[in-house]
Amino acid sequence: MDVIPYTVEERKDTGVFNAKLGIWLFLASEVMLFGALFSTYVILRIGAEHWPHGASLLNVPIGTFNTAVLITSSVTMVFSWTSLKENNFARFKNFLGITILLALLFLVVKSFEYGAKFEHHHFPKESTFLAIYFTLTGLHALHIIGGIVVLTYFWGPGSKMWETQADRFTNRIEIVGLYWHFVDLVWIFLFPILYLL
Amino acid sequence: MSNEHHEHKLPFWQKYLFSTDHKTIGIQYGVTSLSFLLFGFFLMMLMRWQLAYPEQAIPFIGKFFGEDRAPGGVMVPTFYNELGAMHGTIMVFLGVVPMGVGCFGNLIVPLQLGAPDMAFPKLNMASYWVFLVGGLTMLVSFFLPGGAANSGWTAYPPLANFATIGQTVWILGMVFLITSSLLGAVNFLTTIIQLRAEGLTFMRLPFFVWGQLITSLLLLLAFPPLEAAGILQLMDRVAHTSFFLPSGLLVSGQPLEVSGGGSVLLWQHLFWFLGHPEVYVILLPAIGIVTEILANNIRKPLWGYKTMVYSVIFLGFMSFIVWAHHMYLTGMGTAISAFFQATTMIISIPSVIVLTCLAISLWGGSIRFNIPMLFTLAFIPMFAMGGLTGLPLGLAAPDVYLHDTYYVIGHFHYVVAPGVIFALFAGIYYWFPKFTGRKMNDLLGHLHFWPTLVLMNCIFFPMLLQGLAGVSRRLYDGGATYAHAQGVLHMNEFVSISAWILGLAQIPFILNLLWSMVKPKNVDSDNPWQSTTLEWQTPTPPGHGNFKELPVVYRGPYEYSVPGASEDFTPQNIKDIK
Ligand code: HEM
Ligand SMILES: [Cu+2]
Repeated sequence: MDVIPYTVEERKDTGVFNAKLGIWLFLASEVMLFGALFSTYVILRIGAEHWPHGASLLNVPIGTFNTAVLITSSVTMVFSWTSLKENNFARFKNFLGITILLALLFLVVKSFEYGAKFEHHHFPKESTFLAIYFTLTGLHALHIIGGIVVLTYFWGPGSKMWETQADRFTNRIEIVGLYWHFVDLVWIFLFPILYLL
Repeated sequence: MSNEHHEHKLPFWQKYLFSTDHKTIGIQYGVTSLSFLLFGFFLMMLMRWQLAYPEQAIPFIGKFFGEDRAPGGVMVPTFYNELGAMHGTIMVFLGVVPMGVGCFGNLIVPLQLGAPDMAFPKLNMASYWVFLVGGLTMLVSFFLPGGAANSGWTAYPPLANFATIGQTVWILGMVFLITSSLLGAVNFLTTIIQLRAEGLTFMRLPFFVWGQLITSLLLLLAFPPLEAAGILQLMDRVAHTSFFLPSGLLVSGQPLEVSGGGSVLLWQHLFWFLGHPEVYVILLPAIGIVTEILANNIRKPLWGYKTMVYSVIFLGFMSFIVWAHHMYLTGMGTAISAFFQATTMIISIPSVIVLTCLAISLWGGSIRFNIPMLFTLAFIPMFAMGGLTGLPLGLAAPDVYLHDTYYVIGHFHYVVAPGVIFALFAGIYYWFPKFTGRKMNDLLGHLHFWPTLVLMNCIFFPMLLQGLAGVSRRLYDGGATYAHAQGVLHMNEFVSISAWILGLAQIPFILNLLWSMVKPKNVDSDNPWQSTTLEWQTPTPPGHGNFKELPVVYRGPYEYSVPGASEDFTPQNIKDIK
């Protein structure tokens, strides 16, 4: 006996397959990570004598554009999963490809934003606001990069699994999808907190 | 009686090195963390020299530490700080927790669940290797200029912000360890929730599994805030931000060239948000181990199983809202102190309930006094000692006096050393036959147990007294230059000598462990302790996939001496009592 049960099918009394429970647990821990950082933001801001208005230092239109990019990528992520559910592998490839491209676009825009800051000699050590800005968006960017690596794997070599274990592959896409939506959600909190408030 | 026909033919490196089998990984964790425990112990033995004989050259080995650390063999203060910080870090994060969770959790949980392996075997392997990298990172940091981290295992700013490069590497090491424990926690939770055998409901889980379940939940949710704190401290150290540096801070009389606006208390909150749950991460696997052994050796049902389960669940939740009892002296305000002292008093209730259930279980049992049981029986009063001495620390008023004294050191060492470490020893003696087909030697076991029990008390009881006299912890000279310490100063030598003999008292154990691995097999039953739980219903040692066929569970975990049964134990997978 060495086949692990419930890798694909759901367990009746819990209603989930293993990896689905796993990703939710992982996301719970991510919530705690970003929760701690958001609390840091609140505590330092409350204690600060003066706090710059985000828009005075950051470029709101560019931030808005990037928010739209990420939200769109979440939508295409869902479409790539439903394509698999409908047995349409070619469409899956297209949508996942678009998701990856959008994620890359987000990073390119972000790095231009960073570049502009550095050019004007705005570094994290300048103020608590910039310290928070760079730390939080940097950590978020790392999550995006991690996502891109995994998505690209499933778009390329990892997609071979579709031929042998279609159900399992579909589950995997659902799982990374959940992760991707989470990363998106983090940005949806970050954007107003840093750019607008 | 091994199930060789189930064994795949795997190449050596896949079978023993990069294995995905939970048993191999458990043993890897065990060997690694026992080595780290020993290493942490050596660091402590060096510290004890300095405390007993301040300003005197360390005999024999003193000259090997170099001119920076011990000119002429005499330890300098920063070296003491380095030893202290790394002793704490190594013992907690590289010794006790990986032993309780990584080793025992991995070895026993899937077996007790009737599962073929963990839910995510590859993640399991990754978790071990990331842990090892984290551990090695910590070790390598000793060779950096300025040595390893020396700001205590709590790494408080602003001190840690200005510490030598070792502190940066300490943070990196912690990031690896946190990642490893995250992978482990996800895996354990999923395994316990998803891979329970048919019929194994939550209220039929052995208590050990409950302990691991709550432990993993704490690891999952409490560690990320420390990771966040680590990231912020890394930014402070590398990018020169001021997350933990307030405005107007003077260092050596000079104002700092930083933007300021940070908060030192912020670090303490984030750290202790992990730090307190971490106490239960250390404790719960140990409680799980002693419960299994106790239930097995009283030969009757455990008293209050359900009460114990509800207690640890409650304890798990409460442990997230007591953290600031470590911070009464920081001036965070009396209202906040009052809140945290109330929650602290509340959380002591479930721990007392669990201990009481264990103690009452002994009543009227026909107790078998084997080596695992001796350690278990010693665990109960020793842990109780640690717990009770903690109460005054949980109350803000007495803590004003006791905070940061040797009383605190004595208190928590009672919990972790004669408490948790005893449970870990008990677990090794108890489960050894399952994985090797050999019982460890009894005589050597006695030679290990009795001196260890006595010496532990010789070491830690005087620390409580020194603390009551007001001697501070983390003192390089053990209090020699303080007037109020003079009355209790003579204890230092006694404590240190006891600690070194304690080191000698571990030799029978080490010999026993090594010898028992190679001696001829002396156990021919798969269930030598006549136990009821599923790990004993496997072949010895369990092959790849654990069970010949997946078991079905019909009863609770501790059905000993069931009336009408022909034997005094009824395993969980027995359907009808004969
Ligand atoms: C018998 C074994 C042990 C002895 C004799 C011992 C002794 C000591 C001593 C002398 C100190 C330093 C006190 C000071 O300078 O303030 C210390 C600190 C500490 N020990 Fe142990 N220890 C032992 C085992 C353990 C174990 C098993 C753990 C953890 C699970 C542990 C965790 C710590 C921690 C966290 C600190 C605080 C370090 C700091 O101040 O940052 N110790 N121990
Ligand atoms: Cu605490």
